Amino acid sequence: MGRNPYIYIFIMFGVSYLIRVLPLTLIRRKIRNRTIRSFLYYVPYVTLSVMTFPAILYATDNPLAGLLSLIAGILLAFLGAGLFPVAIACSAVVFLVSFL
Amino acid sequence: MNETGTNIEWFRRGLKNGIPIGLGYLAVSFALGIAAKRAGLTAFQATLASLLCNASAGEYAGFGVIASNAPYVEMAVITLIINARYLLMSASLSQKIPSDMPFAHRFLMGQFITDEIFGAAVTVEGPLNPFYQYGLAASSLSQWALGTCLGVVVGNVLPARVVASLSVLLYGMFLAIIIPPARKSKVVFGLVAASFAASYIFSILPVFSSMSEGSRIILLTVALSLAAALLFPIPHEED
Repeated sequence: MGRNPYIYIFIMFGVSYLIRVLPLTLIRRKIRNRTIRSFLYYVPYVTLSVMTFPAILYATDNPLAGLLSLIAGILLAFLGAGLFPVAIACSAVVFLVSFL
Repeated sequence: MNETGTNIEWFRRGLKNGIPIGLGYLAVSFALGIAAKRAGLTAFQATLASLLCNASAGEYAGFGVIASNAPYVEMAVITLIINARYLLMSASLSQKIPSDMPFAHRFLMGQFITDEIFGAAVTVEGPLNPFYQYGLAASSLSQWALGTCLGVVVGNVLPARVVASLSVLLYGMFLAIIIPPARKSKVVFGLVAASFAASYIFSILPVFSSMSEGSRIILLTVALSLAAALLFPIPHEED
Protein backbone atom coordinates (compact mmCIF):
# COMPACT_ATOMS: atom_id res chain seq x y z
CA MET A 1 0.00 0.00 0.00
CA GLY A 2 1.82 3.10 -1.24
CA ARG A 3 -0.70 5.79 -0.41
CA ASN A 4 -1.77 6.88 3.06
CA PRO A 5 -4.86 4.98 4.28
CA TYR A 6 -5.90 7.90 6.51
CA ILE A 7 -6.10 10.20 3.50
CA TYR A 8 -8.28 7.64 1.70
CA ILE A 9 -10.52 7.37 4.78
CA PHE A 10 -10.71 11.13 5.18
CA ILE A 11 -11.70 11.57 1.50
CA MET A 12 -14.34 8.86 1.86
CA PHE A 13 -15.69 10.58 4.99
CA GLY A 14 -15.59 14.09 3.53
CA VAL A 15 -17.43 13.18 0.35
CA SER A 16 -19.99 10.99 2.17
CA TYR A 17 -20.67 13.73 4.70
CA LEU A 18 -21.12 16.49 2.12
CA ILE A 19 -23.52 14.31 0.13
CA ARG A 20 -25.59 13.66 3.24
CA VAL A 21 -25.62 17.11 4.73
CA LEU A 22 -25.76 19.52 1.77
CA PRO A 23 -29.33 18.80 0.65
CA LEU A 24 -30.50 18.79 4.26
CA THR A 25 -29.02 22.23 4.88
CA LEU A 26 -29.53 23.86 1.48
CA ILE A 27 -32.79 22.52 0.09
CA ARG A 28 -35.98 23.92 1.51
CA ARG A 29 -38.13 23.00 -1.46
CA LYS A 30 -38.60 19.85 -3.51
CA ILE A 31 -36.30 19.09 -6.44
CA ARG A 32 -38.41 19.83 -9.50
CA ASN A 33 -36.15 18.69 -12.34
CA ARG A 34 -37.61 15.39 -13.41
CA THR A 35 -34.48 14.02 -15.06
CA ILE A 36 -32.30 14.74 -12.02
CA ARG A 37 -34.84 13.19 -9.69
CA SER A 38 -35.16 10.14 -11.93
CA PHE A 39 -31.39 9.80 -12.25
CA LEU A 40 -30.94 9.95 -8.45
CA TYR A 41 -33.77 7.48 -8.03
CA TYR A 42 -32.19 4.90 -10.36
CA VAL A 43 -28.57 5.30 -9.20
CA PRO A 44 -28.65 2.97 -6.17
CA TYR A 45 -30.20 0.10 -8.11
CA VAL A 46 -27.62 0.23 -10.90
CA THR A 47 -24.69 0.66 -8.51
CA LEU A 48 -25.67 -2.18 -6.22
CA SER A 49 -26.50 -4.47 -9.18
CA VAL A 50 -23.18 -3.77 -10.85
CA MET A 51 -21.33 -4.35 -7.56
CA THR A 52 -23.14 -7.62 -6.93
CA PHE A 53 -22.80 -9.31 -10.30
CA PRO A 54 -20.58 -10.92 -11.44
CA ALA A 55 -18.51 -10.17 -8.27
CA ILE A 56 -20.55 -12.61 -6.16
CA LEU A 57 -19.38 -15.45 -8.44
CA TYR A 58 -15.75 -14.70 -7.64
CA ALA A 59 -16.21 -13.87 -3.94
CA THR A 60 -15.29 -17.48 -3.09
CA ASP A 61 -13.09 -19.98 -4.98
CA ASN A 62 -16.22 -21.75 -6.18
CA PRO A 63 -18.26 -19.80 -8.77
CA LEU A 64 -21.08 -22.35 -8.49
CA ALA A 65 -21.45 -21.58 -4.77
CA GLY A 66 -21.62 -17.88 -5.64
CA LEU A 67 -24.25 -18.51 -8.30
CA LEU A 68 -26.41 -20.61 -5.96
CA SER A 69 -26.01 -17.95 -3.29
CA LEU A 70 -27.14 -15.28 -5.77
CA ILE A 71 -30.20 -17.30 -6.78
CA ALA A 72 -31.13 -17.96 -3.14
CA GLY A 73 -30.75 -14.27 -2.30
CA ILE A 74 -32.87 -13.12 -5.24
CA LEU A 75 -35.61 -15.66 -4.48
CA LEU A 76 -35.79 -14.80 -0.77
CA ALA A 77 -35.70 -11.05 -1.39
CA PHE A 78 -38.37 -11.49 -4.04
CA LEU A 79 -40.54 -13.30 -1.50
CA GLY A 80 -40.19 -10.35 0.86
CA ALA A 81 -37.50 -11.50 3.30
CA GLY A 82 -35.63 -8.66 5.04
CA LEU A 83 -32.03 -7.52 4.89
CA PHE A 84 -30.74 -9.81 7.64
CA PRO A 85 -32.43 -13.08 6.56
CA VAL A 86 -31.41 -12.60 2.91
CA ALA A 87 -27.78 -11.87 3.84
CA ILE A 88 -27.61 -14.88 6.19
CA ALA A 89 -29.23 -17.18 3.61
CA CYS A 90 -26.67 -16.20 0.97
CA SER A 91 -23.90 -17.03 3.44
CA ALA A 92 -25.52 -20.30 4.49
CA VAL A 93 -25.69 -21.46 0.86
CA VAL A 94 -21.95 -20.88 0.35
CA PHE A 95 -21.22 -22.61 3.67
CA LEU A 96 -23.30 -25.68 2.77
CA VAL A 97 -21.92 -25.93 -0.78
CA SER A 98 -18.38 -25.98 0.66
CA PHE A 99 -19.12 -29.43 2.17
CA LEU A 100 -20.20 -30.95 -1.17
CA MET B 1 -46.64 5.98 14.89
CA ASN B 2 -47.48 8.56 17.55
CA GLU B 3 -45.76 11.78 16.57
CA THR B 4 -45.85 13.44 19.97
CA GLY B 5 -43.33 13.14 22.79
CA THR B 6 -40.36 14.81 24.37
CA ASN B 7 -36.87 14.61 22.92
CA ILE B 8 -35.93 11.92 25.44
CA GLU B 9 -38.98 9.84 24.54
CA TRP B 10 -38.12 10.10 20.85
CA PHE B 11 -34.51 9.13 21.59
CA ARG B 12 -35.63 6.04 23.52
CA ARG B 13 -38.03 5.10 20.75
CA GLY B 14 -35.19 5.38 18.26
CA LEU B 15 -32.89 3.27 20.43
CA LYS B 16 -35.48 0.50 20.56
CA ASN B 17 -36.35 0.53 16.86
CA GLY B 18 -32.68 0.61 15.96
CA ILE B 19 -31.93 -2.74 17.65
CA PRO B 20 -33.02 -5.01 14.76
CA ILE B 21 -31.20 -2.75 12.32
CA GLY B 22 -28.11 -3.04 14.52
CA LEU B 23 -28.25 -6.85 14.51
CA GLY B 24 -28.22 -6.86 10.72
CA TYR B 25 -25.41 -4.32 10.70
CA LEU B 26 -23.30 -6.38 13.08
CA ALA B 27 -23.29 -9.39 10.74
CA VAL B 28 -22.88 -7.45 7.53
CA SER B 29 -20.14 -5.14 8.82
CA PHE B 30 -18.22 -8.20 9.99
CA ALA B 31 -17.85 -9.11 6.32
CA LEU B 32 -16.89 -5.50 5.64
CA GLY B 33 -14.13 -5.81 8.24
CA ILE B 34 -12.76 -8.85 6.43
CA ALA B 35 -12.71 -6.80 3.20
CA ALA B 36 -10.94 -3.97 5.05
CA LYS B 37 -8.29 -6.33 6.35
CA ARG B 38 -7.75 -7.65 2.82
CA ALA B 39 -7.25 -4.04 1.71
CA GLY B 40 -4.45 -3.78 4.26
CA LEU B 41 -6.23 -1.66 6.87
CA THR B 42 -5.69 -2.07 10.62
CA ALA B 43 -8.60 -2.63 13.00
CA PHE B 44 -8.33 1.00 14.12
CA GLN B 45 -8.39 2.36 10.55
CA ALA B 46 -11.31 0.13 9.52
CA THR B 47 -13.33 1.03 12.64
CA LEU B 48 -12.59 4.71 12.08
CA ALA B 49 -13.79 4.40 8.48
CA SER B 50 -17.05 2.78 9.63
CA LEU B 51 -17.61 5.33 12.42
CA LEU B 52 -17.10 8.21 10.00
CA CYS B 53 -18.68 6.89 6.82
CA ASN B 54 -21.66 4.71 7.84
CA ALA B 55 -21.98 3.29 4.35
CA SER B 56 -22.06 -0.36 3.31
CA ALA B 57 -21.67 -0.26 -0.45
CA GLY B 58 -19.65 2.93 -0.29
CA GLU B 59 -17.15 1.59 2.24
CA TYR B 60 -16.92 -1.74 0.46
CA ALA B 61 -16.06 0.00 -2.80
CA GLY B 62 -13.76 2.37 -0.92
CA PHE B 63 -11.79 -0.52 0.57
CA GLY B 64 -11.48 -1.86 -2.98
CA VAL B 65 -9.99 1.47 -4.02
CA ILE B 66 -7.52 1.29 -1.13
CA ALA B 67 -6.65 -2.32 -1.97
CA SER B 68 -5.83 -1.40 -5.56
CA ASN B 69 -3.83 1.66 -4.42
CA ALA B 70 -5.81 3.78 -6.89
CA PRO B 71 -5.44 7.58 -7.12
CA TYR B 72 -7.15 9.60 -4.35
CA VAL B 73 -9.47 11.18 -6.90
CA GLU B 74 -10.90 7.75 -7.69
CA MET B 75 -11.86 7.42 -4.01
CA ALA B 76 -13.67 10.76 -4.18
CA VAL B 77 -15.51 9.94 -7.41
CA ILE B 78 -16.55 6.42 -6.45
CA THR B 79 -17.73 7.58 -3.01
CA LEU B 80 -19.75 10.32 -4.70
CA ILE B 81 -21.34 7.94 -7.21
CA ILE B 82 -22.07 5.05 -4.86
CA ASN B 83 -23.40 7.28 -2.08
CA ALA B 84 -25.33 9.54 -4.45
CA ARG B 85 -28.56 8.03 -3.22
CA TYR B 86 -27.99 9.75 0.13
CA LEU B 87 -28.41 13.06 -1.72
CA LEU B 88 -31.94 12.02 -2.51
CA MET B 89 -32.62 10.78 1.02
CA SER B 90 -31.16 13.95 2.50
CA ALA B 91 -33.30 16.02 0.15
CA SER B 92 -36.32 13.99 1.22
CA LEU B 93 -35.55 14.43 4.93
CA SER B 94 -35.20 18.18 4.35
CA GLN B 95 -38.92 18.15 3.54
CA LYS B 96 -39.73 16.28 6.73
CA ILE B 97 -38.24 18.65 9.29
CA PRO B 98 -39.53 22.10 10.25
CA SER B 99 -37.92 24.86 8.17
CA ASP B 100 -36.75 26.58 11.37
CA MET B 101 -34.79 23.50 12.48
CA PRO B 102 -31.42 24.70 13.82
CA PHE B 103 -28.42 24.00 11.58
CA ALA B 104 -26.68 22.01 14.33
CA HIS B 105 -29.42 19.38 14.04
CA ARG B 106 -29.25 19.40 10.25
CA PHE B 107 -25.49 18.84 10.34
CA LEU B 108 -25.86 15.95 12.78
CA MET B 109 -28.91 14.30 11.18
CA GLY B 110 -27.16 14.20 7.82
CA GLN B 111 -24.29 12.13 9.20
CA PHE B 112 -26.73 9.37 10.21
CA ILE B 113 -28.51 8.90 6.90
CA THR B 114 -28.24 5.25 5.87
CA ASP B 115 -30.66 3.17 3.81
CA GLU B 116 -32.13 1.57 6.92
CA ILE B 117 -32.19 4.61 9.23
CA PHE B 118 -33.75 6.67 6.46
CA GLY B 119 -36.31 3.90 5.95
CA ALA B 120 -37.20 3.96 9.66
CA ALA B 121 -37.19 7.77 9.91
CA VAL B 122 -39.54 8.39 6.98
CA THR B 123 -42.17 6.06 8.43
CA VAL B 124 -42.75 8.59 11.24
CA GLU B 125 -45.98 10.46 10.65
CA GLY B 126 -45.70 14.22 10.62
CA PRO B 127 -42.49 16.12 11.29
CA LEU B 128 -39.40 14.13 12.22
CA ASN B 129 -37.87 14.74 15.64
CA PRO B 130 -34.06 14.67 15.21
CA PHE B 131 -33.72 12.77 18.49
CA TYR B 132 -35.53 9.81 16.93
CA GLN B 133 -32.82 9.72 14.26
CA TYR B 134 -30.11 9.97 16.96
CA GLY B 135 -31.65 7.06 18.89
CA LEU B 136 -31.79 4.91 15.76
CA ALA B 137 -28.19 5.80 14.98
CA ALA B 138 -26.92 5.13 18.51
CA SER B 139 -28.23 1.56 18.66
CA SER B 140 -27.53 0.57 15.05
CA LEU B 141 -24.40 2.39 13.88
CA SER B 142 -22.51 1.41 17.04
CA GLN B 143 -22.98 -2.19 15.88
CA TRP B 144 -21.79 -1.19 12.42
CA ALA B 145 -18.47 0.02 13.86
CA LEU B 146 -18.19 -2.93 16.27
CA GLY B 147 -18.80 -5.48 13.51
CA THR B 148 -16.21 -3.86 11.26
CA CYS B 149 -13.66 -4.00 14.07
CA LEU B 150 -14.45 -7.65 14.84
CA GLY B 151 -14.20 -8.54 11.16
CA VAL B 152 -10.64 -7.24 11.01
CA VAL B 153 -9.57 -8.76 14.34
CA VAL B 154 -11.31 -12.15 14.25
CA GLY B 155 -11.82 -12.56 10.50
CA ASN B 156 -8.51 -14.33 9.91
CA VAL B 157 -8.78 -16.84 12.75
CA LEU B 158 -12.03 -18.20 11.37
CA PRO B 159 -11.96 -21.34 9.17
CA ALA B 160 -11.63 -20.60 5.45
CA ARG B 161 -15.12 -21.83 4.60
CA VAL B 162 -16.67 -19.57 7.25
CA VAL B 163 -14.79 -16.56 5.85
CA ALA B 164 -15.86 -17.53 2.32
CA SER B 165 -19.47 -17.73 3.51
CA LEU B 166 -19.30 -14.35 5.22
CA SER B 167 -17.82 -12.75 2.12
CA VAL B 168 -21.19 -12.99 0.35
CA LEU B 169 -23.13 -11.36 3.25
CA LEU B 170 -22.79 -7.91 1.70
CA TYR B 171 -24.01 -9.12 -1.65
CA GLY B 172 -27.01 -10.63 0.11
CA MET B 173 -27.69 -7.27 1.70
CA PHE B 174 -27.42 -5.54 -1.66
CA LEU B 175 -29.92 -8.03 -3.11
CA ALA B 176 -32.30 -7.34 -0.23
CA ILE B 177 -32.18 -3.64 -1.18
CA ILE B 178 -32.55 -3.94 -4.97
CA ILE B 179 -34.89 -6.91 -5.44
CA PRO B 180 -38.06 -5.77 -3.59
CA PRO B 181 -38.37 -2.56 -5.68
CA ALA B 182 -37.59 -4.64 -8.80
CA ARG B 183 -40.55 -6.79 -7.93
CA LYS B 184 -42.84 -3.77 -7.74
CA SER B 185 -41.55 -1.89 -10.78
CA LYS B 186 -40.93 -3.37 -14.24
CA VAL B 187 -38.52 -0.54 -15.01
CA VAL B 188 -36.38 -1.27 -11.93
CA PHE B 189 -36.57 -4.98 -12.74
CA GLY B 190 -35.34 -4.35 -16.26
CA LEU B 191 -32.68 -1.97 -14.98
CA VAL B 192 -31.33 -4.52 -12.48
CA ALA B 193 -31.26 -7.20 -15.20
CA ALA B 194 -29.56 -4.82 -17.66
CA SER B 195 -27.02 -3.84 -14.97
CA PHE B 196 -26.17 -7.48 -14.25
CA ALA B 197 -25.74 -8.15 -17.98
CA ALA B 198 -23.70 -5.01 -18.70
CA SER B 199 -21.51 -5.59 -15.65
CA TYR B 200 -20.81 -9.14 -16.76
CA ILE B 201 -20.03 -8.09 -20.35
CA PHE B 202 -17.71 -5.33 -19.12
CA SER B 203 -15.88 -7.80 -16.89
CA ILE B 204 -14.93 -9.99 -19.88
CA LEU B 205 -14.54 -7.49 -22.76
CA PRO B 206 -10.80 -6.80 -23.26
CA VAL B 207 -10.92 -2.98 -23.18
CA PHE B 208 -13.26 -2.66 -20.20
CA SER B 209 -11.98 -5.57 -18.12
CA SER B 210 -8.63 -3.78 -17.82
CA MET B 211 -10.34 -0.78 -16.17
CA SER B 212 -10.33 -0.71 -12.38
CA GLU B 213 -13.47 -2.09 -10.78
CA GLY B 214 -14.29 1.34 -9.40
CA SER B 215 -14.11 3.00 -12.81
CA ARG B 216 -16.35 0.33 -14.28
CA ILE B 217 -18.93 0.87 -11.52
CA ILE B 218 -18.87 4.63 -12.12
CA LEU B 219 -19.15 4.32 -15.91
CA LEU B 220 -21.99 1.80 -15.80
CA THR B 221 -23.88 3.63 -13.06
CA VAL B 222 -23.84 6.98 -14.83
CA ALA B 223 -24.64 5.51 -18.27
CA LEU B 224 -27.43 3.17 -17.20
CA SER B 225 -29.05 5.53 -14.65
CA LEU B 226 -29.03 8.38 -17.14
CA ALA B 227 -30.51 6.15 -19.86
CA ALA B 228 -33.22 4.99 -17.46
CA ALA B 229 -33.92 8.57 -16.32
CA LEU B 230 -34.34 9.75 -19.91
CA LEU B 231 -36.34 6.73 -21.12
CA PHE B 232 -38.45 6.16 -18.00
CA PRO B 233 -38.66 9.37 -15.96
CA ILE B 234 -40.31 8.75 -12.61
CA PRO B 235 -43.72 10.34 -12.09
CA HIS B 236 -43.97 13.51 -10.05
CA GLU B 237 -44.62 12.94 -6.36
CA GLU B 238 -48.04 13.90 -5.14
CA ASP B 239 -47.02 15.40 -1.81
